[in-house]
Amino acid sequence: MSGIEQSKIRNFCIIAHIDHGKSTLADRIIEKTGLLTDREMQAQVLDNMDLERERGITIKSQAVRIVYKAKDGEEYIFNLIDTPGHVDFNYEVSRSLAACDGAILVVDAAQGIEAQTLANVYLALDHDLDVFPVINKIDLPSADPERVINEIEDVIGIEAQDAPQISAKTGLNIEEVLEQIVTKIPAPGGSRENPLQALIFDSVYDPYKGVIVFCRIKEGTVKKGTKIRMMATGAVEEVVEVGYFGAGQFIPCDELSAGMVGYITASIKNVKDTRVGDTITDDNRPCEKPLPGYKKVNPMVFCGVYPADGAKYQDLRDALEKLQLNDASLFFEPETSIALGFGFRCGFLGLLHLEIIQERLEREYNLDLVTTAPGVVYKVHKTNGEVIELTNPSNLPDPSEIEYMEEPMVKAEIMVTTEFIGPIMDLCQERRGQYQGMEYMETTRALLHYHLPLNEIIYDFFDALKSRSRGYASFDYEMLGYEQSNLVKLDILVNKEEVDALSFIVFADSAYERGRKMCEKLKEEIPRQLFEIPIQAAIGSKIIARETVKAMRKDVLAKCYGGDISRKRKLLEKQKEGKKRMRQIGNVEIPQKAFMSVLKLDDK
Amino acid sequence: MRKDLGLYIHIPFCIQKCGYCDFLSWKGTEEEREAYVSALIKEIRSYREFAEGYKVSTVFVGGGSPSVLDPAQAERIFDEVRGTFQIEKQPEITIEANPGTITREKLDVWKQCGVNRLSMGLQSTDNDNLKMLGRIHTWEEFLEGLSMAREASFDNISADLISSIPGQTREKWEKELETLAGQKLEHISVYQLILEEGTRFYEEYAGHPELLPDEEESREIYLSTGKILKEYGFEQYEISNYAKPGRESRHNLKYWERADYLGLGLGASSMVRNIRMSNTRDIKKYLERCENPKTMRENVEFLEEARQMEEFMFLGLRKTRGVSRKEFRRNFGQDLDLVYEKALYKGFENGLLKEKKDRIFLSEEGILVSNAVLSEFLFD
Repeated sequence: MSGIEQSKIRNFCIIAHIDHGKSTLADRIIEKTGLLTDREMQAQVLDNMDLERERGITIKSQAVRIVYKAKDGEEYIFNLIDTPGHVDFNYEVSRSLAACDGAILVVDAAQGIEAQTLANVYLALDHDLDVFPVINKIDLPSADPERVINEIEDVIGIEAQDAPQISAKTGLNIEEVLEQIVTKIPAPGGSRENPLQALIFDSVYDPYKGVIVFCRIKEGTVKKGTKIRMMATGAVEEVVEVGYFGAGQFIPCDELSAGMVGYITASIKNVKDTRVGDTITDDNRPCEKPLPGYKKVNPMVFCGVYPADGAKYQDLRDALEKLQLNDASLFFEPETSIALGFGFRCGFLGLLHLEIIQERLEREYNLDLVTTAPGVVYKVHKTNGEVIELTNPSNLPDPSEIEYMEEPMVKAEIMVTTEFIGPIMDLCQERRGQYQGMEYMETTRALLHYHLPLNEIIYDFFDALKSRSRGYASFDYEMLGYEQSNLVKLDILVNKEEVDALSFIVFADSAYERGRKMCEKLKEEIPRQLFEIPIQAAIGSKIIARETVKAMRKDVLAKCYGGDISRKRKLLEKQKEGKKRMRQIGNVEIPQKAFMSVLKLDDK
Repeated sequence: MRKDLGLYIHIPFCIQKCGYCDFLSWKGTEEEREAYVSALIKEIRSYREFAEGYKVSTVFVGGGSPSVLDPAQAERIFDEVRGTFQIEKQPEITIEANPGTITREKLDVWKQCGVNRLSMGLQSTDNDNLKMLGRIHTWEEFLEGLSMAREASFDNISADLISSIPGQTREKWEKELETLAGQKLEHISVYQLILEEGTRFYEEYAGHPELLPDEEESREIYLSTGKILKEYGFEQYEISNYAKPGRESRHNLKYWERADYLGLGLGASSMVRNIRMSNTRDIKKYLERCENPKTMRENVEFLEEARQMEEFMFLGLRKTRGVSRKEFRRNFGQDLDLVYEKALYKGFENGLLKEKKDRIFLSEEGILVSNAVLSEFLFD
């Protein structure tokens, strides 16, 4: 490895709005550099997990090292660092960017700039990356590269006249991109003589090697035997192996030095010791201060996750533990619900993260889950001066002990074509948005700035946005902080018994409406039983909405013809089977899906 | 000692398929019927060895409409049954008859063959309803058939009705029921209409529940049925069956009491020594393999003790007298109240089950939601 000149290294990432072709371009770059055989060249090389491929998004950032022989006759080492595209993983994106020296901005030749394009570009510029644009999908009939070039220059303010006009799908003009990586992205700085300073941008757990840390060496060198220290967590370990990223595999090497991207293993047992964003240094010769920007990521969205079959509690725990090995931002702790039994309160970076974890638990670990409505973390200021971070509505103190409550707010940017500005502003208004301003990007598109309670966007804001703009609006947000708010806990009573798993915190003025919708929805979901079941929504002892599931008065009196008992048995078994999927609350049976259906209250 | 046995004989032919019917039946040609009867006879004959262990106390010839067979065919079947099985001295031998296909000649032959009970598929006393249901006969033809049967000295006659049919109200139903109950009959079965997939009724009404009596109306219809029939001297003994004293269907009771019965003919179900099975429903297969029934059986299942217990409960509770704790203990060596502690508690608590000394039975409310109650007796 000593043969590599720092000046021949290019560390970069690709940034784009979702579906603008980031992963396809990554595939082409890897393909054109010829390090992969055709057999290895699966559709999307970087996206390893099945789930990622199906959803077409990148969940965990990964990296690959490739060799490119440029037109100047020199061989260059490219480290392509893939970044997750979704706002839930913003912090991971930010750390991935910090590991790069430049970024390729992919913009769809037909759609132009979208909200995520902007958010990602600003993030990249914040990290002092050199960004050059690429116009993708020029093979589309609706492609309008001239307009997009102007848009990039006007809106973002970066030079775009010589942007490669490519089709990542067909491979058109990919060489141009490769050449511009060489010419437009700077070689990494830093010196191998300085004390070790390396940025962790990802880590994965391997059952044999322990935690594998992905890092960018900013200063110094690291090799087998180096005693490394994680500056934020304080963990100290001896390096077992260093190496770089081949296509889908780890390739060991002698050392990693300033400017390089690679991995380190050091028999680390817990990913929590290797937090993304932390700085690795040499314990014997530490650097003066850690790299800037480290923060502990806190889960933003919480919900209860329960096994549908109570006996699978331990399996669920094992599965969560395994997932957490690779995903330090997943939080969980045991909780008990009267309605749902033993389960876990889980914390996620956002709703997408929640959905992904839930799907992985169900698919990869074959678990049947019941999840409660997701909620955000509220700050409860008690009259005695204590402040509680509330993740489970059931734990809300008595109102008499509460001085006031705060809820998390986000700063949202919504890009929308002008004809839909009205409907989108209405939507934000309904979701308690505070209008912050609007800019016209060009005559037909505008960027809306809003502050919104996180609580209002975690359910179905994105869907509502899409449906009210016929799919044309795009959206991005970042956390803003906490704001005082008038919040109440809404309880649901089924047959006069409170169902803890259905309680949630809601803005006081929306409580009535929410309560009514909840009751209506539950009335649909709870099958008739042998007695009448009142469903009520209550704030404290005050009932604010009520529906009734009428008693079942008669069922079908099937005959048994000619002694054919099997039909009768099947009928009864079906009835019985239906009950198995229900939860017993008092003497009422509630179907598992009722607990989740309340997530979809706003479906029209 | 020979064991007691019931025989069910299936005749899968009908003049016309009714709109609600999903039984295994079709019109069939004369040749088909003849081929079927020959096959049935071979099947019966093949049970000679088996028959040695049994004494038959009930025979039930059902369908379809067994009355479509010509008298000679019926005679051949009964001769074969008598030649193969030992029949007890006072058996119950029932044949189902469609009022549209009854003749004096047939009645006389049946009588000679030992048939002593008629089950007449009437379904409604209202001619408009009969037409809507797709029946081939009128109310008047039923009356004619009934008096012919009396003349042929049949003294144990049952009629079937279907309730909760499209357009029915409690008032209309009560009128129909009283019209029938006023005739001289020993037994009445009332089945509530069920929309079975694949039937014409399913196509027409499954998507239009508003055309059928609603739940409350159906309840009223059911409750008034018992009340009216009681006034006419019929005592309810099972969810759908009402009889004058001593005229309960002995054969059908075998089903609820889990006695052994052997099904003969296409698709017929059997339960013998806790094995449930049924003949193939494929007529081609049946005709080919009738001499060797083992090769045409389907759904053969030996009932483990748990399944036997379940059946004991969900079949036994269909009878108004319900189940006996003593009998449960005798059969399974366990205490019913312990085995079904939870289901019983729930049933008693909700007033759906009642008890009287040794017996546990469905309350009137319990009968109305019997599926919900009975399903509680299936084990997890």
